[in-house]
Amino acid sequence: MSTLWNNYRYLILRRFTQISLLLLYFGANAWGWTILMGNLSSSRFLDFVPMSDPYAALQMLAAGAALATDLLIGVAVITVFYLLIGGRAFCSWVCPINMITDAANYLRRKLEIDRVQNKQPASRNMRYWILALSLIISAIMGITAFEFISPISMVHRGIVFGLGFGWAAMLIIFLFDLFVLKNGWCGHVCPLGGFYSLIGKFSLIRVHHSEENCTLCMKCKTVCPERQVLHMIGKESLPVLSGECTNCARCIEVCDDDALGFSIRKLADNEKTGE
Amino acid sequence: MSENRPETKKKKQPLSDRRKFILNMARGVGLVTLGGFVWSAYVDEVTASQLLLRPPGAIKEDDFLRTCIKCGLCVEACPYDTLLLAKPGDNKPLGTPYFIPRDIPCYMCPDIPCVPVCPTGALDEASVTTDGKLDIKIADMGLAVIDSESCIAFWGIQCDACYRACPILGEAITIEYSKNERTGKHAFLKPVVHSDACTGCGLCERACVTEKPAIFVLPREVAQGRAGDYYIKGWDKDDEKRLENASEIKTTTEISKKSAVDSLNDGLEDLY
Repeated sequence: MSTLWNNYRYLILRRFTQISLLLLYFGANAWGWTILMGNLSSSRFLDFVPMSDPYAALQMLAAGAALATDLLIGVAVITVFYLLIGGRAFCSWVCPINMITDAANYLRRKLEIDRVQNKQPASRNMRYWILALSLIISAIMGITAFEFISPISMVHRGIVFGLGFGWAAMLIIFLFDLFVLKNGWCGHVCPLGGFYSLIGKFSLIRVHHSEENCTLCMKCKTVCPERQVLHMIGKESLPVLSGECTNCARCIEVCDDDALGFSIRKLADNEKTGE
Repeated sequence: MSENRPETKKKKQPLSDRRKFILNMARGVGLVTLGGFVWSAYVDEVTASQLLLRPPGAIKEDDFLRTCIKCGLCVEACPYDTLLLAKPGDNKPLGTPYFIPRDIPCYMCPDIPCVPVCPTGALDEASVTTDGKLDIKIADMGLAVIDSESCIAFWGIQCDACYRACPILGEAITIEYSKNERTGKHAFLKPVVHSDACTGCGLCERACVTEKPAIFVLPREVAQGRAGDYYIKGWDKDDEKRLENASEIKTTTEISKKSAVDSLNDGLEDLY
């Protein structure tokens, strides 16, 4: 039992967080709970604190919408929060799509699909292109371009307010990640992930690698959804500074040698280590 | 043909970095353009729906589509479960709030709980406020329209279901009496919607007794025509004021250079 906890503690905590958040949002609509109202696009915490998706607000700005005060406060709350705990902590701890893509990724490993297709035919920088494109389309069409196609809000909204054909979006992403592209949606396509990667560059909570403990088993790289951020494994003792790290902590719990762990970023160190 | 063959057999030179860079850039630009067009076309298509009733206080549809963040706080605030968020498959702009009055109309709560919760101002409190107080009666969700062919009151059958259901009874819907010439001794009691008072709440549509409602709410933009600037009600002092700002632009054509009589008689000289 203790090894189970030790090997999956963060995974269990993440699933707990993701499902609790879904439940709280669902309860707000179904039973009038007031802990978390709305959905991931914009919500109210305890019927008081506004929280808003900064990327959606950015699209609104590009589309030429007037930004209301509540929205701006909400954006500030969320931005500061993720600046502190790691931009893409949203991706691994909050976003409901994460459960779908993790499942696809798990199956991919179990079915050994990676051995048939070990080279991924797309660049992970695609998400930044899509991010830029979404803002351009928002500006030209006068509409929040990604918000009208986002499977994230489609699924989350679907779970809270009624799914419709939203299950199709879930299935598409699952199949895409399973058969077309490893870490396809979250690691290549999703512009919201790209956006939080940019915010996450500055975040305080980081995974830290201690090279002296590392036995080069590479379990961390196998399990990491953004393996390029672990470029220092077995080479140097460095914190993972790339914003693309989702702080999912899978690498920490699969490591048997205590070579990885969370740490608070020392701001002074950053200059030394570059990135 | 045969001379070319040795050349194709020659081993291909590796691409120079420069060429690789240019090719990759071209690929990138091409893919972004392709994706951009597909994406734009899709978004344009899914936001084209016009036959959609928004919650009270909703700003103009174009602005609404770019301002609504699709959070559903208005939906949660509605005590009657009137409001819905468009799901995939509803064929409405995805995630935006709307309502179907025949199912659940807007009951016009005096405190309008759906509007102040909107974080983005897509539901504008000012548009439903008079003298610093929320006033649902000035909301504009749509306009009720009557199909006089299927409305049984227009047949001469007595029915005032919509009139009775109207929360602004007597203002938004009135009953007009007229003689039923067919029988010679009965009256028509026909409902009339007044566009200045109707909020589009849809209680009439909900109450309508016909199989498919003969009175139904449409977005005002869809339901109404527009006379345009060229027509002015000369008998209406307020309307006449629009003339004050009218600019004096004279259009001069070949014909108008001559006097009116000359222009009419022009070309008739040969007849005499």
